[in-house]
Amino acid sequence: MDARVKLLLALALVLCISLMPVAAWPVYILLLALILSAAILSELRMRPLLRRSMVALPFALAALPLLLTVPGQTAVALRLGPLHLAVTVPGVERFASIVVRSWLSVQVAILLTATTQLPDLLVAMGQLHMPRLLVAILSLMWRYLAVLVDEAIRMMRARDARSASWSGRGGGTLAWRASVTGSMAGSLFLRGLERSERIHNAMLSRGYDGSIRGIAVPPLDWRSRLLVLLGLIVVLALLLFGYWVA
Amino acid sequence: MAGQTCAAIQIRGLSFSYSDGNQALRDIDLCIAAGEKVALVGPNGAGKSTLLLHLNGILTGQQGQVMVGDVVVSAPHLRLVRAVVGIVFQNPDDQLFSPTVFDDVAYGPIYMGLSEGEIRQRVARALGQVGMESYAPRTSHHLSLGEKKRISIATVLAMDPRVLALDEPSSGLDPRARRTLIHLLQQLGQTMLVSTHDMMLVAELCSRMVVLDQGRIVADGATRDLLANDELLRAHGLEAPPALGR
Repeated sequence: MDARVKLLLALALVLCISLMPVAAWPVYILLLALILSAAILSELRMRPLLRRSMVALPFALAALPLLLTVPGQTAVALRLGPLHLAVTVPGVERFASIVVRSWLSVQVAILLTATTQLPDLLVAMGQLHMPRLLVAILSLMWRYLAVLVDEAIRMMRARDARSASWSGRGGGTLAWRASVTGSMAGSLFLRGLERSERIHNAMLSRGYDGSIRGIAVPPLDWRSRLLVLLGLIVVLALLLFGYWVA
Repeated sequence: MAGQTCAAIQIRGLSFSYSDGNQALRDIDLCIAAGEKVALVGPNGAGKSTLLLHLNGILTGQQGQVMVGDVVVSAPHLRLVRAVVGIVFQNPDDQLFSPTVFDDVAYGPIYMGLSEGEIRQRVARALGQVGMESYAPRTSHHLSLGEKKRISIATVLAMDPRVLALDEPSSGLDPRARRTLIHLLQQLGQTMLVSTHDMMLVAELCSRMVVLDQGRIVADGATRDLLANDELLRAHGLEAPPALGR
């Protein structure tokens, strides 16, 4: 499938999930079923998918105060010394909805990145008129993240190779190790800076003039267009259903 | 040097200091005829890479002049000069900055403003010249150093340059990759200036050799004669390849 179709539909789905009203539980279940079926059809393994989708949960903690601040019928009353806290029913609903929705959104993003090569995704972003500079930054970041990781691994190996001790317990104090790690991070940064200069020279040598250019990509064929249209209709229907339920 | 034609490159009285005051080039005079393959040798820090960066105007000297063909290397002509002189940098990870091999090889032609058909044709031809046709859709991170070096050369061949400036082309290669590279360079018809420590490569590829030390040209002549001059080589931190030493 064309990466542009996947990107468009994934964005539409995330937008739909974020616009979904609170406590539209049947629709949340439908969305989950939709995402999981797409994952199964893409022959993705479920366990890594679910494990990776957990990254959203810490961010959901930001919604925790909602439990206490949304007015409504009290579900549980807590007493912490002089503090009276009331967890309200609408608060719980709001909080649970946010957790579920962010978890679903992350699953959509994981599904997209697991089924699409990043270079294709970058081309698709450019095609969908994402600013070229941003696409170029993403592309350089993706290209050099791996190089930087390799460099960091080599540095850590060099450190480990010299971290010997006779007594069996070495490694120095925590402060000393922290300072070693700090200077490693610093030298990684300096190396990155020098590399960026060399890359810039290589770009200039091949005619880079400050503007970002790319090669034209053929427009979407009618099948892909139809697919996008159908996908958008489904997403819209889900959204309307969500408002009807809630 | 007298009576030599300077059809490809002519450097007159070139001096250059970096902003930290380190004088990298002193009064360089060099003349290279079209089709000549010239080795640029000398100890680390002699100014070899700095000299290469002057050929396409990445650096510009405080004194003197560089001409490529009949064009002076200066701000108004940089676009033309960078199409005529292709620099292949030492580290392929600096040269290959795009998400895929195709994107990297197409980079130069795109900035030359060629049509899409022409760009695709040039990419196919350049990758064919270095024997890497099937690598176009791959990402360069997982390729071997030898493969990356050959693709780096393709990235400038796609621009159809008349002069190739190569910085340490054989460094870090295993014997087989090195052999393939030397064959490739022997087959290319471009004028070449090759900065290297690999004296075997010099002996096999270049009929002429220029010795640079502390920013000055200290010798310029037939490779065979200079490689036989032990005293000269030793004085400038060089070593003749064993088979050709005597």
